Amino acid sequence: MATLTERSTPSVRSQGLHRRLLDSERGLGYALLVPTVLILVVFLAYPFVFGLWLSLSSAELTNAGRFIGLANFKFEFTVDRPFLQALSNTFLYTGVTTVFKLGLGMGMALLLNQAFPFQRFVRAAALLPWIIPTVLSTLAWKWMFDPTFSVVNWAAVHLHLVGYPGPNWFGSTGTALAALMIVNTWRGFPFYGVSILAGLQTIPQDLYEAARVDGASRFNQFTHITLPMLRPVLLVVLLLSTILTFADFQVPFVLTNGAPFNSTHVLATWAYQWGVPGGAIGLGAAVSVVLFPLLAILVAATLIVVRRPD
Amino acid sequence: MATAVRTRGRARGDVPLMDRAFGRWVRIYIPILILLVVTLFPFYWMLVTTFKSPSELFDFNQSPLFVRQPTLEHWKSLFFDSNFPRWTLNTTIVAIVSTAISLFCSVLAGYSLARLRFKGAGAMGWGIFVTYLVPPTLLFLPLTFVIRGLHLFNNLLALILTYPTFLIPFCTWLLIGYFKSIPRELEESAMVDGATRLQAMWRVVIPLALPGILSAGMFAFTLSWNEFLYALIFMNDSVAKTIPVGVTQEFIHGDDFFWGQLMAGALMGSVPVALLYSFFVDQFVSGLTAGAVKG
Repeated sequence: MATLTERSTPSVRSQGLHRRLLDSERGLGYALLVPTVLILVVFLAYPFVFGLWLSLSSAELTNAGRFIGLANFKFEFTVDRPFLQALSNTFLYTGVTTVFKLGLGMGMALLLNQAFPFQRFVRAAALLPWIIPTVLSTLAWKWMFDPTFSVVNWAAVHLHLVGYPGPNWFGSTGTALAALMIVNTWRGFPFYGVSILAGLQTIPQDLYEAARVDGASRFNQFTHITLPMLRPVLLVVLLLSTILTFADFQVPFVLTNGAPFNSTHVLATWAYQWGVPGGAIGLGAAVSVVLFPLLAILVAATLIVVRRPD
Repeated sequence: MATAVRTRGRARGDVPLMDRAFGRWVRIYIPILILLVVTLFPFYWMLVTTFKSPSELFDFNQSPLFVRQPTLEHWKSLFFDSNFPRWTLNTTIVAIVSTAISLFCSVLAGYSLARLRFKGAGAMGWGIFVTYLVPPTLLFLPLTFVIRGLHLFNNLLALILTYPTFLIPFCTWLLIGYFKSIPRELEESAMVDGATRLQAMWRVVIPLALPGILSAGMFAFTLSWNEFLYALIFMNDSVAKTIPVGVTQEFIHGDDFFWGQLMAGALMGSVPVALLYSFFVDQFVSGLTAGAVKG
């Protein structure tokens, strides 16, 4: 009741209100950002800058070292063989798994977008690999790829896919890398699947009906309606997933940790290897700093596509 | 093949019922079964492993898929001979507190960036987004100096304070999408009725954004429950470890893998987040859409 009488003189009141709002809006805007900025500056921006400095220093576990210019990078790119291998492994690992995760995720989304019983259960069960702690599921895979008691090999031998005893997964670089990619794909594709499924469900059905009236085939409907409408979801998912895969530490660390002979390291595990057990913090920092420009290029490329005007 | 060709040639109503049922099996049920086997088999494998005696673990002459003489010794030693209960407590405390801190910060920041007009808002939004370029992999070495400087090694605060660096950007990004989907008119009319902006935010916007805040909280809880690298570096005392670090480190002695305990620990460490998601899977999907489609 009171509000009605207050509203009876709108022009004067709303003018004052607007000015007050705009005045306070700026102050409030900054004030609400204070806690976030504080945490990000102390535990993200500062360590980042400090890390850049470390990469140019001879820092070790207990002392901060001194400035040595680009010597760490020069060492990495000219002397450190496992580093170069880790660099190419990182690209291979990200590239191959992204293709498989995207393909399997798309298949999973199209499959689950149909009507079938126990939908909620199936969706939750299919998402499980992505939800539970990565190192713990990776441990299960390590046991499944065990050199002598691999259940994967047991199944493959009994299905007559390979001869006894089957591949020694962590015995050669090729199969060890393949194992890493299998585990990463297994863990990651449900995220693609569920995100794409969510995107599929926002596409208006009448688009398909109109296309059907015009005689478009299923395939044409997919390339001309589904894919373009999924573009925003696909790009966000790809962006997140590529960054996380590129910087992945958990799967390579637990599954192979470089075995055999430091040949399956990625940048993250090699940085750890130098920095923590090796105690050469400067070198480790230099290895991880290499990630930054690569990630920046990746993100810039994705953003250019995302921001393309429609 | 022949069936498929034949059915396509006919009008839909003419297709024999048997053929249609067959088609549904091929197109839907069998692929779904394959999907479930692929995603769930490792969990089944963890479970059977936990009940096998050491002799059965390493006996592949009979099918390894089933247990013949189940034993509870691995479970007993997980709960009574290891620090697993302590790791569970640590992980829970860290996940809850860092989620609370992150939600607090990102609700405020998300509201500010989605709703308020001020100089630098756009730049701040970009700044928060750009933090994705700086994953923990890039920060863990310099952070050891920060944590040492603050005397926080083996202290849960080390994790509680560092996890928000990757939780806040994610939650803020998700919540900006949510806040933007709430009509401005709702809070403006509250303010015309005499509420201050903070009151309008607290009483109108936040209740409406509750589903989004819940999704953000679930994400944050899961990400901190699962975090590995920082916990690996900052927590060296056995009693200070989290589940992912404790399980991967303390049931492996040299080349000896205690698979029974390892799998029991892995399974127990997965149950809380698995339960969380099975209850909120729809919530999760809608949160994902808000972030991805509108963000």
